[in-house]
Amino acid sequence: MDPLHQFQINPILQIVIAGYDVSFTNSAFFMVVAVALIYALLVFGMSGRALVPGRLQSLAEIFYEFVANMVRDNAGHDARPYFPFVFAIFMFVLFGNLVGMIPFTFTFTSHIIVTFTLAATVFVFVTVLALMKHGLHFFSFFMPHGAPLALAPILIPIEVISYLMRPVSLSIRLFANMMAGHTMLKVFAGFTVMMISGLGAVGFLAGLVPLAINIALTGFEFLVAFLQAYVFSILTCLYIRDALELH
Amino acid sequence: MPNLLAKRRLVRWSGAAGASLATLTVLAGNVLAATAEHAPEAAHGGEHAAGGLPQLNPATFPTQIFWLALTFITLYYLLSKKALPRVAEVLEERQERISRDLSKAASLKEEAEAAMAQVDQSLAGARSEAQALIAQVAAEIDANNHARQAQLNAENAERLRSAEANIAAAKEQAIANVRSISADIARDVAGRLAGLNVDAAQADAAVAAVIEERRS
Repeated sequence: MDPLHQFQINPILQIVIAGYDVSFTNSAFFMVVAVALIYALLVFGMSGRALVPGRLQSLAEIFYEFVANMVRDNAGHDARPYFPFVFAIFMFVLFGNLVGMIPFTFTFTSHIIVTFTLAATVFVFVTVLALMKHGLHFFSFFMPHGAPLALAPILIPIEVISYLMRPVSLSIRLFANMMAGHTMLKVFAGFTVMMISGLGAVGFLAGLVPLAINIALTGFEFLVAFLQAYVFSILTCLYIRDALELH
Repeated sequence: MPNLLAKRRLVRWSGAAGASLATLTVLAGNVLAATAEHAPEAAHGGEHAAGGLPQLNPATFPTQIFWLALTFITLYYLLSKKALPRVAEVLEERQERISRDLSKAASLKEEAEAAMAQVDQSLAGARSEAQALIAQVAAEIDANNHARQAQLNAENAERLRSAEANIAAAKEQAIANVRSISADIARDVAGRLAGLNVDAAQADAAVAAVIEERRS
């Protein structure tokens, strides 16, 4: 009944490349599942190309327009070419979170290395984008407009640190939310099991309390699953906007 | 911009909540794991009992990064090259179809309005034409009537005049007859009563003088 056991990485197929252990694990399996589900939703959903969409096509179009609006509202019209990137991020995180809500699956977004790699990808992407668009002028980003020059020695380090912290906060936010939620679910489920096995008939009644909390938490977790995917991609949009406009 | 600020606040809030929740549950989890280790069935302790969190075991990092990169790049490729253009195409098609239908409806409406205006116009034309025709016919009839009446009046006047002339002629004739008969009677009466032999011309003049006298 270890609530952290669910985060255990278990290899399914041992693979070693150049001395690195890159085994196909439960985490990798659910990444593949998420990608397959996303692609299947979009391809099968849009296969009808109906003028009046059915359920699956509506779902695919809702996702598309939701992210398209997010990119347009938060990253500006110039960010149109980066829409597929934001869409891929949003769908990957969302499906990672949602697939993890199914019992006995694995939530790959609850691993800091996964969220950090994603966040670092966003960070590198945004920084390269800004450098390509503005050249060395990009570094003026670290000195806010209109601030007195005397404050530069304080402001610039703060701005640089806050910029460098972006991938950290971005990755920890998602990882912490997902791990916390899933651990809480397990902890409360564990309480129910412990009460039943420890207290017998009384435990059945008492065990209903953590069960009820667990049901509420499950609903809350679905909200968090969506919200964190939204937050991750909206921050990506805002970073893209910063890169394109430099404030 | 307040919307953007609110979003940033939401992001910060959820981040703080998540971090604090994580700390809390990790603590709770460790406590639970520690108690579980005392239980005899804590068999799976092995690998991660030392580190606690499986997330912090660097041995699993290469495989996760490798598979994340592989799946995410695949996803990005599939989405940007295949799935998303298809969705965009369908949405654009629909938008185009809607705007095309709307403009078609607008042009049809315009056409209908033009046809309606034409109908109205021709109706008005027909009405005014009919009105003109009626007025013309009425005027014609009026004129005809007037002419006819004038003719009738003239005819009547002529007839009256000729009748009057006839009457006057008859009257003259009658008077002349009465004169000649009166003259004859007067000659006869004078011959018988007075034994006078009055000649015709003298009797006639006397009768004419009497008639003249009576007439006036």
